[in-house]
Amino acid sequence: MTDPKDAPLVRLAGVGKNYGNVIALRDVDLEASAGEVTCVLGDNGAGKSTLIKIVAGLHRHDLGTYEVQGEPVAFSSPRDALDRGIATVYQDLAVVPLMPVWRNFFLGSEKRKGFGRMDITFMRRTAKREMAAMGIDLRDVDQPIGTLSGGERQCVAIARAVYFGAKALVLDEPTAALGVKQAGTVLRYIVQARERGLAVIFITHNPHHAYPVGDRFLILNRGRPIGYRTKEEITREELTALMAGGAELEELAHELDAAVSGSGSRAAKELAEGADHLRKSD
Amino acid sequence: MTQAVAGPPAAVPDERLARESPLRRLLRRPEFGALLGAVAVFVFFSLVADAFLQADSFSTVLYASSTFGIMAVGVSLLMIGGEFDLSAGVMVTTAALVATLVSYQLTLNLWVGVAISLVVTLAIGALNGLLYIRTGLPSFIVTLATFFMLAGANLGVTKAVTGNVASDSVRDMDGFESARKVFASDVDVGGVNVKITVFWWLLFVGIATWILLRTRAGNWIFAVGGAAGSARAVGVPVARTKIGLFMGVAFCGWFSGMHLVFAFATVQSGEGVGNEFNYIICAVIGGCLLTGGYGSAIGAAIGAFIFGMVNKGIVYAEWNPDWFRFFLGAMLLIATVVNLIVRRRVERSA
Repeated sequence: MTDPKDAPLVRLAGVGKNYGNVIALRDVDLEASAGEVTCVLGDNGAGKSTLIKIVAGLHRHDLGTYEVQGEPVAFSSPRDALDRGIATVYQDLAVVPLMPVWRNFFLGSEKRKGFGRMDITFMRRTAKREMAAMGIDLRDVDQPIGTLSGGERQCVAIARAVYFGAKALVLDEPTAALGVKQAGTVLRYIVQARERGLAVIFITHNPHHAYPVGDRFLILNRGRPIGYRTKEEITREELTALMAGGAELEELAHELDAAVSGSGSRAAKELAEGADHLRKSD
Repeated sequence: MTQAVAGPPAAVPDERLARESPLRRLLRRPEFGALLGAVAVFVFFSLVADAFLQADSFSTVLYASSTFGIMAVGVSLLMIGGEFDLSAGVMVTTAALVATLVSYQLTLNLWVGVAISLVVTLAIGALNGLLYIRTGLPSFIVTLATFFMLAGANLGVTKAVTGNVASDSVRDMDGFESARKVFASDVDVGGVNVKITVFWWLLFVGIATWILLRTRAGNWIFAVGGAAGSARAVGVPVARTKIGLFMGVAFCGWFSGMHLVFAFATVQSGEGVGNEFNYIICAVIGGCLLTGGYGSAIGAAIGAFIFGMVNKGIVYAEWNPDWFRFFLGAMLLIATVVNLIVRRRVERSA
């Protein structure tokens, strides 16, 4: 899908980050090209948030290189990243629930026509059109955004980022707090953003959400990459296994077994079976 | 309504409703509850108080409404921005005292005192805002502190300078007559004397409504009150917006203070305590949510009008005015319950 002579939109090579003497991130390579979805997977504390914060311009990396369209960068604020076309949509900081959809859509980047007056007709029309382009047919752009479902709210935030010229979209766990159906909605818009030629970096801890939409997968564990594969190189089962950390699961099974020794420990048995299964598929 | 038309709500969001009727749109406005309340109070006092409908008494009602309403403009914007200002009541007295004391002691033209008062009052507003932003404490606490400090300073400074609890009369000083025309004159409307504050009040409400609904600043006010974190994340200058709102309250306080000066020529330094709650009540009755992010300046104006009607209506009905506060409390309770229902409805599917 990508033009081979173009450098990837976002490229990290050997990136690392320390917080004092805590090594938060080490040796991370990552590429995100236009029209592709790069998934970053990992459990809590794996370093996903640190990675996003570097990409989004909130933190500066200590080691390695961060390139945007082949040019090394060191952002000092999210505004810098935005100016280079890298927009981040945070899970819980997406919208203001009581405000109408169109006001949310343009919040912080209001279109004006002098004397601080906003061009309301333009903003309402544009919000409606952009949402329609994402496949959400709004009944009324004046409805408070809180009346939309959680998935749709994320989509407004995504549509907004796309409209304001984002070339790369960083999505921080957009499906985490959502039900199955709503997560499906968000995944659909991730695919749509990809088809509109954006580079998407999709952070999640759910391999079942990542696999269907992803082109590349970076799996982090304790701040280090434990796998970086393209879709051809990995199956859904392998991804799940990498993500769950088969060895750790086995260890847990042993511990449980020891703690509740005897035949009664059904949980331990099931875990052990799970670990077995994972090891085979690895 | 919705429930009657809707199937499962989440599945097909775009087909939940047919076109919305104008009546339902009106129902959704923040000031709707206040409007109903205003009509009810108006009809009630028209029936029980014969004098209520006379033009002169109605002008008095409007005057009372305007003195609260002007402050309620700033207070309601601040409340939509998610904050309180408990120093608003005594700030009016401070503004008035600064203008009179400075002019009188230095024998300046009163307009100079008016200008100095504006600067001082805006500085107090900015200080409220800065303290709130810098400390991260709730605005309730920060402005409670400035409330006590101003209340004490009003009395202390006045006593130290004049040896009295009131400022000296500035009636004979230069600039009094011209400033009185601006801040405290009567306007003849078809044979009825209407206080000029009524027109200033309407002007301020108009400006505030325009700012809220038509300008970028208005968008920011709703956003910082509704979800400050989200607003910051999309680049809204939250600190600047909130400080501006505190200064807006200070501006209204300055104006109200100037009205006091030129209506009475002398200022009682202990005045203003307790009024801050009256302004908040106006805003809340008018549909502003205590939690911020929702409300309107027109609603606050209707709230102030209800306030004025009850305040004077009780007098015209020849009741014991002690009951005024009882009514106020009851209205506040009803208004907040109505607001709660509105908010739940708005955030229903959230």
